[in-house]
Amino acid sequence: MRRVAVVGAGMTKFIHRALETPKELSWLAAKAALDSAEMKLDQVDCVVEGTAPDAFDGVHMNGEYLSDGCGAWKKPYLRCYVGGGTGVYALAQGWFHIASGLFDTALVVCEEKMSTCLPHPQAAFLTIFDNITEQPLKPNLLWIFALEMNRYMSVHGYSVEDIAKVSVKNKRNALGHPSAQLGAELTVKDVLASEIMAWPVHRLMVSPTSDGAAAVLLASEEVAKRVTNKPVWVQGVGWCLDSAYWTNRDLYYPDYVEKAAWMAYRMAGIREPRKEINLAEPYDPFAYKELHHLEGLQLAPKGQAPRLLADGVFDRDGDLPTCPSGGLLGVGNPIAAAGMMKLCELFWQLRGEAGPRQVPGRPRRGVAQAWGDLMQVGTVVVMGVN
Amino acid sequence: MAGQPTNVRGTPVRSADLKKGRVFTTTYVPRIQYAWDTGQAIGRYLEELKNGRLIARRCNNCQRIMIPPRMFCERCFGPTHAWVVVKDTGTVNTFSLSYVSWDVRRLKKPEIPAVIEIDGASKGMGILHVLGNVSPKAVRIGMKVRAVWKPAQQRTGSITDIAYFEPIKGKAPAAKRTAKKPFKAKAKKSKSRKRR
Amino acid sequence: MKTPKNVETHVWRGGIPLESRYTAGLGGQIFFQALKERGELVGTRCAACKQVYVPARAFCERCFAELTEEVKVSPEGTLVSFTFSAYDRDANRLAEPVALALVKLDGATTTMLHRLLRVTSPEQVRIGARVKVVLKPKAKRTGSILDIEGFQLA
Ligand SMILES: [Zn+2]
Ligand SMILES: [Zn+2]
Repeated sequence: MRRVAVVGAGMTKFIHRALETPKELSWLAAKAALDSAEMKLDQVDCVVEGTAPDAFDGVHMNGEYLSDGCGAWKKPYLRCYVGGGTGVYALAQGWFHIASGLFDTALVVCEEKMSTCLPHPQAAFLTIFDNITEQPLKPNLLWIFALEMNRYMSVHGYSVEDIAKVSVKNKRNALGHPSAQLGAELTVKDVLASEIMAWPVHRLMVSPTSDGAAAVLLASEEVAKRVTNKPVWVQGVGWCLDSAYWTNRDLYYPDYVEKAAWMAYRMAGIREPRKEINLAEPYDPFAYKELHHLEGLQLAPKGQAPRLLADGVFDRDGDLPTCPSGGLLGVGNPIAAAGMMKLCELFWQLRGEAGPRQVPGRPRRGVAQAWGDLMQVGTVVVMGVN
Repeated sequence: MAGQPTNVRGTPVRSADLKKGRVFTTTYVPRIQYAWDTGQAIGRYLEELKNGRLIARRCNNCQRIMIPPRMFCERCFGPTHAWVVVKDTGTVNTFSLSYVSWDVRRLKKPEIPAVIEIDGASKGMGILHVLGNVSPKAVRIGMKVRAVWKPAQQRTGSITDIAYFEPIKGKAPAAKRTAKKPFKAKAKKSKSRKRR
Repeated sequence: MKTPKNVETHVWRGGIPLESRYTAGLGGQIFFQALKERGELVGTRCAACKQVYVPARAFCERCFAELTEEVKVSPEGTLVSFTFSAYDRDANRLAEPVALALVKLDGATTTMLHRLLRVTSPEQVRIGARVKVVLKPKAKRTGSILDIEGFQLA
């Protein structure tokens, strides 16, 4: 397989409700990614697009609708979809296109416009539950997060307060992000004082619904070395799905994330993730998810992530900065675009271009991860400077 | 350096822009109605709910008794082998107190969704349902619960033929809810900066 | 596999409860503002690609450039294709077929779809025919594609 590099990245602001159409958002991000690499659309060989359920944009065959906004006019084009895991998986799909030798450049674009969905985007999540055995109970998305969070806290003996620290860290980190929707300086007390939506989930532990897009430009080694002196290499990709019978699994630990991570780590030649990875962008749609995923990613021992968090290990200037971007909790959560935002962040961090968000110590390797479908998919990408 | 990303765009729309018609929009309600075939396993599951029973399927290969029932075992990837009537009691595996409805209306009295591991099915085999006839404060992981069925003539062959699960009195759980106190962080933040 | 006797094949009826509100977007704001306020059809030009997109678009799909040059095109154009549809979207037979037109307005390089008015049979129409746009009166226009009633033969 050929080596693949990221050579450009771009994104829109993440905002509550955008004037731009979904395809205009896609264009803004894709154009920014191309511009950052000083490349033109006719230098793009193929295009990969990622969006979560069609229900948000409200367009059936959303991939086809978005294609021109993604730069796919008369080009090979493919949409991918693994629910919330889509944003990180999309880069893996772009990677196939180039690693296989089929193409030299691939534009990878992820977009979501959740504000289209009325009365509230959350209502669309009803349809992810089993239509016959679960939907009649009128479940809401908060339920499964709350059920999983309670299980995680209960098995390991943590309190809501321990988890709330993730919100504080990520929303603070987001203050340095020009696209951020919800950057804030908060205390644990503020988080705990916010409305209880579905105990143990408080409002400030939940990422917002957002409109936005993000994109990266991938290139083969030969093209990458020609167009930039700072390529960031895709070192490993991994993904894995667990059973859709989510009530038949113990939710306290994401096995599927562990499997996806090891797939990516093996490809990257990583044996000791905690020592060989300098920064991480775990998926944080809810505060506890970052901790849950850090354990799945083998970056914290099982049940130890809240301890490491309290010790400052995951701060921007800690031993293993996590979500230096500000994450979904701070930057926002236009679903597929949020995962792609994490990959953009790795790109900027590894090139030393993250400005006020830059983690110190010249990071050489980072991992990004997303999660989704019915509490069941883990998608992982490892990127590095060599 | 200001740092990447630069030139981020996106135009916020305020509620007033919509109200005053400054932003053009089109609204659409799709007519999406389905008749989903329930299939053999879930068809029988619903039929038995109407009868006031919970039923599962056993895989003779991995020995799991699975609920909701399924005609093939997703692990062994072969057919499942037998119907097994299981109990309508179980143990709370996890729960939440939800103050928000599915369509994001606020609720004064919380709904209490729970994953309930069903007695007679294999360990860890839970179903999603709601708890009732219990104070939200009293709910615990590990609590023993039983199904409260709707009267037979009101049952329609739906998971909602069970109105809710309620605690079995006198069977209070030993299990704790969660640790009450957060642990203390180490006094000094680790500042070692090693990059490999 | 033996099928147990008392299995009743159920059907579970349900839907996907959704409502969508689409913004017209950067390009749509230009097009619908002109249509509603001035009764004009406005596109955007990409000089490099020699395209005039109608309705107006924010970007050129061919070269990805931002399109800032607005172009008012003619209310008249040429019929590129047409059909008479005898069925509604739920596959019910209509009492009267509905005529639909694909039209390239003079000055535009793209075609647009709308109703073809005041015709009852294919014999009355030919591809290449000249057509003109029929608008609703200003007081009834809301900034929607339905501010255009349709096209009629010129
Ligand atoms: Zn089996
Ligand atoms: Zn052009």
